[in-house]
Amino acid sequence: MKIEKAILATVTHSISKAPVGANVFVCESEEEMNKVAADLEAILDGIAHKLSNGVYIIVKH
Amino acid sequence: MNEYTIPILFGVIAGTLARIYMFRTDYRQYPTYPHGMIIHLALGFIAASLGALVVPSIMEQEFTAVTFLTLAASQFREVRNMERKTLTEMDSLELVPRGASYIEGIAVTFEGRNYLVIFISFVTSFAYLALNVWAGLIAAFLAFLVAKKYMTGSKLGKIANIEQKEVRFDGAGLYVDNIYIMNIGIPARQKEILQHGLGFTISPKNFDARMTIGNLGQRQAILHDLAISMGVYRDSGTPALVPLIKRDLDDGRIGVFILPQNKNVDLAMKVISQVPTLENAIRMPTETKKKGSDES
Repeated sequence: MKIEKAILATVTHSISKAPVGANVFVCESEEEMNKVAADLEAILDGIAHKLSNGVYIIVKH
Repeated sequence: MNEYTIPILFGVIAGTLARIYMFRTDYRQYPTYPHGMIIHLALGFIAASLGALVVPSIMEQEFTAVTFLTLAASQFREVRNMERKTLTEMDSLELVPRGASYIEGIAVTFEGRNYLVIFISFVTSFAYLALNVWAGLIAAFLAFLVAKKYMTGSKLGKIANIEQKEVRFDGAGLYVDNIYIMNIGIPARQKEILQHGLGFTISPKNFDARMTIGNLGQRQAILHDLAISMGVYRDSGTPALVPLIKRDLDDGRIGVFILPQNKNVDLAMKVISQVPTLENAIRMPTETKKKGSDES
């Protein structure tokens, strides 16, 4: 089976909001989250999406 | 030299000239120049020869000779396969791919044009042999007109209205007019997109057009043509910068989002209106309704 979409990583500042099972990056501030998400986006060739609760997920499309 | 030599040559020349006329290596850069072009010129010449030979062989009562036309059919079907294969393999290396429907459309066109050439050289040599050289010339001219009519398909500008719309963000959601395109999280990326992005809506003029522009292949063709003419602000491994088209489910409008290298709005609108409506994408739901009501 070919997986079309997958969450490669999650960036959050609150561990309680992190999903189970994806690679979670816990950051201290919003600014750090932006930077880490941008880095991950570039490295993983995915898109950094922002959820309504403020958590970033890096998704491979 | 016998009595058929000149009429056959006449037909072959008319057919080959018609094939040359049908070439339009334009902004799409296809067929590739020069070698792709030579292949198709040679095939056009073969098609013209086949067409021109039909009438003399009938006049000589060599009826079985006409069966070589079946050979032509399989030959030109091969052309379609060849084009499809090459384009499909190339497609994965394009920054904005053509999409399978567009490729199929191009491949079908290449096959179809060879049959048009057979038709033109057949008509020309027939008129020459049946009447005289002037009749041949007139027939060639008329056949040219017919070919021209069947050669050019419809354009998107005919079935839909194109408008420029603002690209904006609502939270992390990227919108063109009121059509949701995608979710972009990082503020720096959002800024980049607002700076370089262009948005258009394409609204169908009728219900048939609504189905046609909704077709995914048709949408990819729009993006590909736009990207080729305007350049595209992206590289491999930047999926966030991929141009996208999404549909408004309520009224069938589609929202085009693209990051061009050349941010020229007028040119972009012109390019969109010149995108061919793909044969494979054309749907006529209204025709079905008409037929249905006649029969019931």
